Amino acid sequence: MTIMTSLGFSLWSTTFSVIPGVPLGAALFLARFKGKRGVVAILNATMAVPTVVVGLFVYSFISRSGPLGFLNIMFAPGGVILGQTMLAFPLVMAMSYTGLQKLDHRYAETLLTLGAGPWHRVMAVIREGRYVIVQAVLAAFGRVTGEVGVSMMLGGNIRWYTRTMTTTIALDASKGEFERAVSLGVVLLTVALAINFMSHLAVRNVR
Amino acid sequence: MGGRGNPTASRPAFKPGHWKGETMQLTSRRTLVRSAAICAVLLTAAVQGFALGGKEAAAPAKHVTPANPRIRLATTTSTENSGLLAYLLPFFTEDTGYTVDVVAVGTGAALKLGENADADVVLVHARAQEDAFMAAGHGAERRDVMYNDFIIVGPKSDPAGLSHSTSSIDAFTKLAAGGTPFISRGDKSGTNIKELDIWKAAKITPSGSWYKEAGQGMEQVLLMADGLQGYTLTDRGTWIAVKDKTSLVISYEGEAGLFNPYGVITVAPSKNPAINAFGAKAFLDWITSKRGQDLIASYKLGGQTLFFPSYKP
Repeated sequence: MTIMTSLGFSLWSTTFSVIPGVPLGAALFLARFKGKRGVVAILNATMAVPTVVVGLFVYSFISRSGPLGFLNIMFAPGGVILGQTMLAFPLVMAMSYTGLQKLDHRYAETLLTLGAGPWHRVMAVIREGRYVIVQAVLAAFGRVTGEVGVSMMLGGNIRWYTRTMTTTIALDASKGEFERAVSLGVVLLTVALAINFMSHLAVRNVR
Repeated sequence: MGGRGNPTASRPAFKPGHWKGETMQLTSRRTLVRSAAICAVLLTAAVQGFALGGKEAAAPAKHVTPANPRIRLATTTSTENSGLLAYLLPFFTEDTGYTVDVVAVGTGAALKLGENADADVVLVHARAQEDAFMAAGHGAERRDVMYNDFIIVGPKSDPAGLSHSTSSIDAFTKLAAGGTPFISRGDKSGTNIKELDIWKAAKITPSGSWYKEAGQGMEQVLLMADGLQGYTLTDRGTWIAVKDKTSLVISYEGEAGLFNPYGVITVAPSKNPAINAFGAKAFLDWITSKRGQDLIASYKLGGQTLFFPSYKP
């Protein structure tokens, strides 16, 4: 079922992007170094990279004649998950960073004056800002569920294997079978709305 | 961060001496446990999603399980969109135990996937390109599989008067006079290559607002031609599968030059160790076997045969 395939891919890629993305975002929030503004600007810019560009980039690596060809994940779930992870990672990191700005600045300073080590500080900040982190995670999940470029290019839209909701919609529309495309579109829309709603609830909990 | 009570209230007051001791460790351990729990939930859900997806994929019964049971077939949109592969492949899986992953692109892209070793076997329709592919050493074995023919379809009123054409070249010359849109695949597919060959034979370089390069699959192009009330060149298989969704009719057909043969090529296993050579060979053998050829001939849509088997041992 394409819906389960879609959600499975999205869950994996969100997980893989959150594991490094959230701590790195928090670390960036805490770190003080020259050129930090530049790093933040670049990070924000990477959020806007089109999905097909990410797809193309990953494609050139995981093609069997590319440097990571030995992994044999082209046109397989692994390839889609890798591409979606690349897509979600900057989003998670940037949103974690931006979200944590809402924290009281004195919190990070207090941690510092109390002599907490870097790892402790990162974990404490994540714990303190968990609601904005949840938002970042949900946004990443929403983006990878709704994207079509990476899934189409790296998954190859193989029936029962790498065909996701978005690529099914693209295929059905190209075949002129709009009924199924529309019903899947409704499912996709529901997922997107549910995520936004949950994200909204997460923010409301803070206040 | 206001509200929700004071987040630090539940913890003991910070004492500088205790900082690296129990208090912080307790906090970080709890955080770790929680995040681990969240990850576990996510993973379980994902695994379940996969298990469900996997069940679907494994739905057709298998007799034997080959060492590498997945074959990647790069093919044209015509074999996929006409429904032929969806009809044939369950029989193939039942007979051999191989699952075929179909990547449906244009012939040019399919051959490129073979060249990059991203496909194990290709099923395409552009003889000159196929021969070049073999000559360059990208393929291990090539066989004829089946054929149908190309046709020109267009609006019922036939504004360019194609129905009285004497040949495909004559028909294309009439189209080039302009006025009526012509939708080109524009994607190096087998159909696109055939179209460009005819333009070349007619000594015409198609350009102008009437000539529209779509860059899409055959079905999409047919729907576009319907929307724009223009002409296009199509293979008959896709046309039969799509025609009920359009108001178009066949404007020109039946010339020997519009013959459309399909070939199957296994990609040379020497190109990459990841290539499923056994599976590719099994597919080539099966589709050119009596059973495969009979099944191709038996595939009908609306009472019409779409592809005619053509393998001669």
